[in-house]
Amino acid sequence: MVAQEFHGHAAPQGFIRKYVFSLDHKVIGMQYYFLALTAVFVGMFLSLLMRIHLIWPSASLPLIGEIKPETYLSLLTMHGTIMVFFVLTTAPQSGFGNYFLPIQIGAPDMAFPVLNMLSFWTTFVAYLVMLSAFFVVGGAPLHGWTGYAPLSALPSSGPGEGLGADLWIISIALFCIASLMGALNFITTTLDMRAKGMTLMRMPLTCWSWFITAILGLLAFGVLLSAGILLLMDRNFGTSFFVPLGTVNGQLTGHKGGSPLLWQHLFWFFGHPEVYIAILPGMGVASQVLSTFSRKPIFGYKAMVYAMLAIGLLGFMVWGHHMFMSGMSPYSAFAFSVMTMAIGVPSAIKTFNWLGTLWGGRIRLSSPMLFAIGFVSLFVSGGISGPFLAQPVLDIQLHDTYFVPAHFHLIMGVAAIFGIFAATYYWFPKMFGRMMNETLACWHFWFSFIGTYAIFMPMHYLGMAGHPRRYSQLTEVSYLKPLMPLQKFITYAAFVTIAGQLIFLWNLFSSMRSGKKATDNPWEATTLEWTTTTPPPHDNFGGHTPVVHHGPYEYGVPGAPRDYVMQNDPATVATH
Amino acid sequence: MGFVLLAVIWLITLISTYFFIAKTWWLPAGASAAAASIDHQFAVTFVLMGVIFVAAQMALGYLVWRYRANGSTGRASYSHGNTKLEIIWTTLTIILFVGLNLIGSPIWAAERFRPAVGDATRVEVTGMQFAWYFRYPGPDGKFGTTRPELVDPSSGGEAALGLDPKDPASKDDIVTGIMEVPVNREVEVILRAHDVIHSFFVPAMRFKQDAVPGLAIHMHFTPTDVGSYEIACAELCGLGHYKMHGILKVVSQSEFDEWIAAHEADKQQQQ
Repeated sequence: MVAQEFHGHAAPQGFIRKYVFSLDHKVIGMQYYFLALTAVFVGMFLSLLMRIHLIWPSASLPLIGEIKPETYLSLLTMHGTIMVFFVLTTAPQSGFGNYFLPIQIGAPDMAFPVLNMLSFWTTFVAYLVMLSAFFVVGGAPLHGWTGYAPLSALPSSGPGEGLGADLWIISIALFCIASLMGALNFITTTLDMRAKGMTLMRMPLTCWSWFITAILGLLAFGVLLSAGILLLMDRNFGTSFFVPLGTVNGQLTGHKGGSPLLWQHLFWFFGHPEVYIAILPGMGVASQVLSTFSRKPIFGYKAMVYAMLAIGLLGFMVWGHHMFMSGMSPYSAFAFSVMTMAIGVPSAIKTFNWLGTLWGGRIRLSSPMLFAIGFVSLFVSGGISGPFLAQPVLDIQLHDTYFVPAHFHLIMGVAAIFGIFAATYYWFPKMFGRMMNETLACWHFWFSFIGTYAIFMPMHYLGMAGHPRRYSQLTEVSYLKPLMPLQKFITYAAFVTIAGQLIFLWNLFSSMRSGKKATDNPWEATTLEWTTTTPPPHDNFGGHTPVVHHGPYEYGVPGAPRDYVMQNDPATVATH
Repeated sequence: MGFVLLAVIWLITLISTYFFIAKTWWLPAGASAAAASIDHQFAVTFVLMGVIFVAAQMALGYLVWRYRANGSTGRASYSHGNTKLEIIWTTLTIILFVGLNLIGSPIWAAERFRPAVGDATRVEVTGMQFAWYFRYPGPDGKFGTTRPELVDPSSGGEAALGLDPKDPASKDDIVTGIMEVPVNREVEVILRAHDVIHSFFVPAMRFKQDAVPGLAIHMHFTPTDVGSYEIACAELCGLGHYKMHGILKVVSQSEFDEWIAAHEADKQQQQ
């Protein structure tokens, strides 16, 4: 096999080579996963502080003290940035993708193990640089995760816009470089390292989602990297890419001729594909889990693949829908709006097919399945507000109100997080050789599912009433004051939901030590990771390369001895 | 467990939908000519999306309960999908989404594709950290030149905008802290920003537009109800974003004429 020759490194012995600077995709996948795990708790803690400030603006917190309006904006910026980059981009793609893409396609490792190691450690440095922004003079930047210029380009525009903003940009630039390395690796691995018989159309939908996500990453992160470098030059070297002639607080900025809209075009050319980078792997996992636990082939495998490809392609043509109110030409708004409505079609196809998969199934409600069902529900709820925001005429009212955070938190925030949870409960036995506690998992599901709805559903109502987002207090604009009870409700819901996440943390770590021993295939699943030992050996398949005879979701096969046929079973039963 | 899931998904769906139907929290009453058609487009979108939302969630809850395994050993039906169904729902979704978009686009075109009418009340709106300034061209109908190097926010008013006193056209310009306009006459808004991006948002007028440094963005709306309406900044502009608000006062034409005449008189006295 060609694939075997790529696996140039033997199993390492020392601690450092084995667990720290490891070339093994499984170790690197776990490193990414645990980085994302720390990041998600940092990001969640920041959101908790924001929720507290919104309803008790003058409260003095132990150790932290009073949260000032500018601090609120720093929390908001760092919450968004950490969640989008270091959680939603890191865990589903770099974490689970690294661990399971090679195993699911029957490869011994990623195509470029050294590049893989480099991309993780670059991400790690980016993460440290991001966190360091909290501890410099002026604190973390307040320009939001979208970093609109000139606010982000002028150190004089507010506290945190000094060194903190530079660190923020440098961190994102490093993250882009790491993601580009990762994307190259994923694409090459998928194209070149598949085992015999693993045709593209026999790949699990998870592999398709990681593959398409990698292509999006390759095309999108390069643009953000360039934009970040330009912004850094505007801030430090006197260029004026994004800053026109103007003043801050009566002082000339020394810039002229730049275009604030240029930043928005570059940012959203990255930013919209980024939304799909976050959610596509979740779609892959949901498909995998729904099929496995319905004991039924996925409904419309080809339609699912084509829908993901269509989402990937259209994802690059819709960035302008973030800019309907920006001063961009109203004619282009019309074009972007039509494209955005078009991208709703493949998303709807996926939802129909998930429901079709459940139809006529023998549904086992184990923990991964609960979260996959939750994913579908949240995806529908978050998706349904898309056609509102895609219409420029409705955006006149809804743009930059709470309707927008309601939409994107449901669809790319919590839906993607539910994808991560489903993946965690599903693959934990393979990764750690033990089962997670199902009772705790159930409780975790109910807290998360009901809690996130309680947090994000009311934000739609706030948006309808015209509540602008990114307001640190409701004390100044009088039409906001009657909305306080809703804001209070959201904060209380956030307390409960966040408390529920501690159940997950406890379950994760206690199961690692003392969970029930897992068998090689506890879920009776069909894909290649379940054909190898638990946990998999260094070269994944113990010296041989699997040969694939079947599609990825052969459940309920008539005439087969069991109700499932694994992908590497000899071709004795007729399957697709 | 299957039944609990069904119950929870259905309950969440019904409670969420109830508050949309009951309009417990809703768009503020519209007070501009465009409000009715925009609100109608809202209503159409709500009904269509609401039906899909409820149907999809109900189906999800039902399927999970109906097809739960419950320890039984039988096999699921062996099916890889149905091409005919895929084609049907793809087509229906395309018709629905693109159709919805087409219904809404004439409203957008009316709002944004044409310039303001000739006799519109012209107001220049300038955003700066963290206040809105409003400028009227005066009897000559011309806005005087502003120069960034003259901008002095601490002096307020004309100095805050950097109005050049040497330009004859600036002699009769009036700069105010609240925006007053006559009812039932189109308002042409010329949006500018000095420092960072701000966004001029008047929920009751169904009006929002970013004010971008370096650009003068011409927009228009027609207020139809006399009253005071709040202007909020809708684009993150720095630490005082939450308090960057203003007042839009819609009055009768005669009241507006008196108000502007009083300002003119003040201005003449100062010179």
